[in-house]
Amino acid sequence: MSNEVETTNSPVGDPIKDPGLGEHQYRPQDVDANQERRTERQIATMFGVATLLLIGFCVAYFSIGSDVRVFAFGDPADGDAFGGWSAQNFFLGLTLGTALLLIGIGIIQWAKKLMGDHEIVELRHPAKSSDDDRSAVLEDISAGVNESGIARRPLIRNSLLGAVAALGLPAIVMLRDLGPLPYGHTNTVWKKGMRVVNDVSGTPIKPGDLSVGELVNAEPAIFFEEDEEGHPVIHGTALMQAKAKAAVIVVRMRPEDITAAKGRENWGVDGILCFSKICTHVGCPISLWEQQTHHLLCPCHQSTFDLANNGTVIFGPAYRPLPQLPLAVDSEGFLIAVSDFPDIVTPSYPELARDQKKLNEKFGGDA
Amino acid sequence: MSKSTFTKIEESPTGKALSGPVGWLDDRLGLAGAGKKNLRKVFPEHWSFMLGEIALWSFVVILLTGVFLTLWFVPSMAEVEYKGSYLPLRGIEMSQAYSSTLKISFDIRGGLLIRQIHHWAAALFVAAMMAHMLRVFFTGAYRKPREINWLIGVGLLSIGMVAGFTGYSLPDDLLSGTGLRFVDGMVRSVPLVGSYVEFFIFGGEFPGDIIIPRLYIAHVLLIPAILLGLIGAHMLLLVYHKHTQWPGAGRTNDNVVGYPMLPVYMAKAGGFFFIVFGFIAVMGALIQINPVWAYGPYNPSEVTAGSQPDWYMGFSEGLVRLMPPLETTWFGRTWTWSVFIPGVGGLGLVFTSLALWPFIERWITGDDREHHLLERPRNAATRTALGVAAMTAYGVGWLAGGNDIIALKFHLDIFAITWILRVGFFLFPVIAFIITKRICVSLQRKDNETLTHGWETGVIDRAPSGGYSERHAALPVADQYELTSSRERLPDTDEEIHTHDAYGVRNPKFRKHRLRQKLRAWYYSGSVDKPTVEQMEHAADHLSDVDHPVELGEDFQGVSETGVPRVH
Repeated sequence: MSNEVETTNSPVGDPIKDPGLGEHQYRPQDVDANQERRTERQIATMFGVATLLLIGFCVAYFSIGSDVRVFAFGDPADGDAFGGWSAQNFFLGLTLGTALLLIGIGIIQWAKKLMGDHEIVELRHPAKSSDDDRSAVLEDISAGVNESGIARRPLIRNSLLGAVAALGLPAIVMLRDLGPLPYGHTNTVWKKGMRVVNDVSGTPIKPGDLSVGELVNAEPAIFFEEDEEGHPVIHGTALMQAKAKAAVIVVRMRPEDITAAKGRENWGVDGILCFSKICTHVGCPISLWEQQTHHLLCPCHQSTFDLANNGTVIFGPAYRPLPQLPLAVDSEGFLIAVSDFPDIVTPSYPELARDQKKLNEKFGGDA
Repeated sequence: MSKSTFTKIEESPTGKALSGPVGWLDDRLGLAGAGKKNLRKVFPEHWSFMLGEIALWSFVVILLTGVFLTLWFVPSMAEVEYKGSYLPLRGIEMSQAYSSTLKISFDIRGGLLIRQIHHWAAALFVAAMMAHMLRVFFTGAYRKPREINWLIGVGLLSIGMVAGFTGYSLPDDLLSGTGLRFVDGMVRSVPLVGSYVEFFIFGGEFPGDIIIPRLYIAHVLLIPAILLGLIGAHMLLLVYHKHTQWPGAGRTNDNVVGYPMLPVYMAKAGGFFFIVFGFIAVMGALIQINPVWAYGPYNPSEVTAGSQPDWYMGFSEGLVRLMPPLETTWFGRTWTWSVFIPGVGGLGLVFTSLALWPFIERWITGDDREHHLLERPRNAATRTALGVAAMTAYGVGWLAGGNDIIALKFHLDIFAITWILRVGFFLFPVIAFIITKRICVSLQRKDNETLTHGWETGVIDRAPSGGYSERHAALPVADQYELTSSRERLPDTDEEIHTHDAYGVRNPKFRKHRLRQKLRAWYYSGSVDKPTVEQMEHAADHLSDVDHPVELGEDFQGVSETGVPRVH
């Protein structure tokens, strides 16, 4: 194949001479007055209908209530109807859209069928200016450069460059207050003795409430606690930030299925384990639970963790295992945390290794 | 404009009516000089030139509807209790951003329509930009002198995608919050400074209370201003360079043939704005997009299965899903490659290679001429094959972005799909390259065949000896010209490259030259040249030489399968 290229001449230039533009083709409208009038009427009709539709838009705006719905076919009472659009949205959109389409099609029809259709030939010029212009510009620039003396006076030039560069400093420094300095993510609101509660109702959970294979979305009890005046202890932005780290899932498996790592043997209660709900990949809340395999799948990027095996990653882009929260039971028989997470919750960040080291020291280096 | 030889334009009825306002304006602005050049400027016609127009007009629709939405949208993360008319959410704590989006959707008449038009127009804006860019790529329209306009286009595409992302992050519903959570994870993965960037962007720990006001001002002021400026520059350069055109009879590299801007092109382009707007409005009426009320307010401990970004983020999302886990600890710092490489590197690679391509190609081919005639994709086989390979890689990434949906809808194993796509991301583009290149070369050969042996008329001749043969006829000259003009490559320089010169001094440019020579050989490998003048003359002789009892005639269009002559 490549040999052929080597041997063939590369013809530059055209083997066929340009025959020039073909003969002009006349349209029916150019030669037949009836056809011309018909086209004119068609176009005017489009514009007329568009006007009516736009009036219809105003009528729909004032007359259709926001709770009326339209169905294309089928009976909404049976639940098999197709459509179910908001009638307001449906009629406003259709009248406006159709009117716009008719105006557009009408104008283009006018241009195509009735406006002059003789092709015009325009000559191109090279993008560049003439050589004279170019020399003149070069002369001007060099005259300007010479007169300014920018080449001869390096002291002024360089000190100016330095000053202008320094102008960047305020611009960068002033961005400092965009936010606080990062403080790492070594702790969440979990602490020793805090109850694990249902994330919707806020009710504490007893081991007996969970059957084998069940998963419960849970949160620390502090999210539902109120101070003396009846205000929530954590609320607003602080609550959102705390939730983004402290949300957990509680699962119950058969104790014999669980392979606890060294040091984690007593982190569960009768096969009930508690893991962070925040994916270690980019922080999506995970809760797609496969009871049979004990796998937990993240709906965002499909990182899959084996909860029977200490939350290790078995598939997907996540690198770190899902952090586990050591559980116990308090005097009233409710599930509580033994401590905060011994591993960093939330997606990885540059200081993670340093922060994890701190945690390891705090928890005796077994995590 | 052709001037009447008998009446001066100022004395004609139209001239009289116009001379007043035109004169008044010209006295003050002196615009007649510019108007003279541009009012009847010629624009060539082809359907593919419309793709960029779709992008332009959807941007105008976005601006119009966006202004309407700002009249009610409250870019605040302050918590309020929802009291609007959507019953399922009444009484629930949510941000003002979300509550005002619900207000626009349910309590402002036409608000939902405008919101849906705005969102659909954004999706179409990016899609039309990509289609336009593919058109420009596959026809070589980015070649000299249009490289800078190509770069502006790359800028428009990248910033257009940011515009879309900042837009759909504003309502603060569960889906948009999940998108921001992903951005948070991605920002954190930036080596060394990730945590700082994260805390500065979000004003503290995710989600903070300031990200939506910040995104809002970027979305409604900063980004549109940049887009407008770039679009203005894009159009100015288009006018200055004059539009490219397809080769054909009378259409050469030195002219531009088409209709004048006033009135034909202005009417067609102006009318097309209404069509684009109307089309999107009908979409907004009939097809639901981003029903934020169904997702609920953002809550960092909740997510819906099947969360998907807008379509143009699918590629990035897919790469993040395909990436195997990879994280290292160097110098006491954590380097999160599994997020950083696909999240930041994926689109970074796309835009860098797009921006560099015209310059790489020019370096390989050594072609420094101005090109105003478009090249058929088949005639630039390697470029076309590379483009299709890139599209394939993009498609794999995009499919991966929906791997969970695919698994669910087709009852497939998600791990298997992911593995196939992981391998496919590298393998499929290679296959696509080879196949496309072969197809292009075959089409080049077919063109040569038709040029030198004529086209098959379907007329069967029976020879006196009893043999049958199909009569071939020469292509009309206009078609011959169309197939052969603008199909060429520069001859090889034939310059010999030595590692050392005659004095034994090492040639410092040797490696560079040799690399270029190899790339050039690869770039043109397989391609066949168009017939030479001699070959075409020979073909003309041959095709007219055969003695036929019946002449086919000028208007002959061939014979259908049932033997009936086709007529024009």
